[in-house]
Amino acid sequence: MSILIDEKTPILVQGITGDKGSFHTKEMIDYGSNVVAGVTPGKGGKTHHGVPVFNTVRDAVRETGAQASITFVAPAFCADAIMEAADAGVRLICSITDGIPAQDMMRVKRYFLRFPKDRRPMLVGPNCAGIISPGKAMLGIMPGHIYKQGPVGLISRSGTLGYEAASQLKALGLGISTSVGIGGDPINGSSFLDHLVLFDKDPETQAVLIIGEIGGPQEAEASAWIKENFSKPVIGFVAGLTAPKGRRMGHAGAIISATGDSAAEKTEIMKSYGLTVAPSPAEFGSTVAKVLQSA
Amino acid sequence: MDVHEYQAKEILASHGVEVPPGTVAFSPDQAVYAATELGGSHWVVKAQIHAGARGKAGGVKLCRTYHEVQQAARDLLGKRLVTSQTGPEGKPVQRVYVEVADPFEREIYLGYVLDRKLERVRVIASKHGGMDIEEIAKNTPDELLQVIVEPAVGLQPFQARELAFQLGLNIKQVSRAVKTIMGAYRAFRDNDATMLEINPLVVTKDDKVLALDAKMSFDDNALFRRHNIVDMNDPSQSDPREAQASEHSLNYIGLDGEIGCIVNGAGLAMATMDMIKHAGGNPANFLDVGGGASPERVATAFRLVLSDRRVKVVLVNIFAGINRCDWVAQGVVDAVRAEKIEGVPLVVRLAGTNVEAGKKIIAESGIPIIQADTLAEAAEKAVAAYQGAK
Repeated sequence: MSILIDEKTPILVQGITGDKGSFHTKEMIDYGSNVVAGVTPGKGGKTHHGVPVFNTVRDAVRETGAQASITFVAPAFCADAIMEAADAGVRLICSITDGIPAQDMMRVKRYFLRFPKDRRPMLVGPNCAGIISPGKAMLGIMPGHIYKQGPVGLISRSGTLGYEAASQLKALGLGISTSVGIGGDPINGSSFLDHLVLFDKDPETQAVLIIGEIGGPQEAEASAWIKENFSKPVIGFVAGLTAPKGRRMGHAGAIISATGDSAAEKTEIMKSYGLTVAPSPAEFGSTVAKVLQSA
Repeated sequence: MDVHEYQAKEILASHGVEVPPGTVAFSPDQAVYAATELGGSHWVVKAQIHAGARGKAGGVKLCRTYHEVQQAARDLLGKRLVTSQTGPEGKPVQRVYVEVADPFEREIYLGYVLDRKLERVRVIASKHGGMDIEEIAKNTPDELLQVIVEPAVGLQPFQARELAFQLGLNIKQVSRAVKTIMGAYRAFRDNDATMLEINPLVVTKDDKVLALDAKMSFDDNALFRRHNIVDMNDPSQSDPREAQASEHSLNYIGLDGEIGCIVNGAGLAMATMDMIKHAGGNPANFLDVGGGASPERVATAFRLVLSDRRVKVVLVNIFAGINRCDWVAQGVVDAVRAEKIEGVPLVVRLAGTNVEAGKKIIAESGIPIIQADTLAEAAEKAVAAYQGAK
């Protein structure tokens, strides 16, 4: 088992004929993902990497039964693309795009509220590396070969720091059930908490590693929930101990602007709710290994 | 992106918010001319910098004569103003704002922020304006008024009216305050602001409601559709290296350590800084070269990092995902040769796709590059190299 995606999940690619969309579609297909459709307005009727291309997401879903989408759409048009996918009935939308205006994301999140809770789409990202269930499927832009299949769930705001964790785990012979990049934007689709709920129910997942960073309330919210509700051990880490206050550290969302935003405060919050905190970013693998041994 | 007070007021005024008459000036003579044009008998001359707490730092001067206006402008222009928000190096004052100073009766706080938890715009107001919001929140938390804006319909007049009455304004003042609260909301929404603060918003004897100070920040991700805001950019207010970096679409933030960092990905860049600290060193900068890390970007990154004279060691940490280590390695080697980097120890850690080919390129380059396999090893070797170089 895994969460969100596996080898059967029918995937559509929004922006399939663009440079990035095209490149990563091929990577995903080579990894074993079930890519069934692509969307590029004006290119409907063509095929790309052997995948049929449609003008609209609605056409693509109707013809192919796609259930998950990934967006390779420029920031100015990406909120629109996400809402189009949601409206067409896509239940899992993964947005790689970096640079979507925050107010656009605010509207996207508001738009999602029109769907009843049990039919509301799950948005992963934006500004993320995507999702991978190792050995099964990839809905993202990560290098597939650094992930090994196994018992650890991984949720990370940062892409490359997620890669770092995956490769440390692999070096110790440890694998991952599913890795989710929730993205570095101030307003993102889904939080640590949304995915922890899924990992809780996934029998393959025995422990979860959550990698946060400075800025925003999500790590604290997840930690409080873990203490009350989560049945498996959780290892945490927050990047940015050395980040100065009030400066945006690359990611739009990585800025210390309020109480509880700093890495030191978030780390303390994690500890106070019983999470095991990795002492440094070089010890993701060893800390997870220790926790799994004692579990 | 931040703008100056006078620019924020221009934006607000164009959305129906009343502000005192004022003019920006770049020289003492212009300041005097501005005062004569504005009329009145009292003026404030305010240093225009991208930071708050100017009043306490002597950046706001009340003047009663044209001579005093000239003197105030002379005192401020060309100086670096250090306030509690600028850091010890301060910010250069290249413009002053000359504003008519009329007496007022009350000071109110009015702020707008993008609330990350609620994912909505939050309007905050308080009867106790004129001090920092942190102070207001600490001193009189119970009197902090808040309104959450429903994104589908925007701020509604009834919400503004409720706020105005809760602020204890009389009916004449309420209608003006509603106009201000609604106008400021539109200025926030229509310009993709992330923060807007009017502090203080003052009420005058004749029931006018005026924005006496204003501060706005804008969403960098939305600047592509806000040319009016981009035009307001004042590069003198940011670190020259950061300005240079952003020209090349690199994310650079200068810190005060000795170990320069070149990393791909914001999260890994922060973690690398943390790791250096963990190993007993101090990072000189945050630098994200982006997922691509092309040879040109790596070369620009080296130039930037080495332009900081405090840098004694450079640590390159690249986790090749969609790019390849051999390509990045070639970029590093080319950059070291092209930039003639000498005398600064260089630690390179490559990981991910084609890592063996990348390491081979570095080993065979003949350049004395210290290689590391893991994040921990990279940080330890960088710190050791710094201690050796000291």
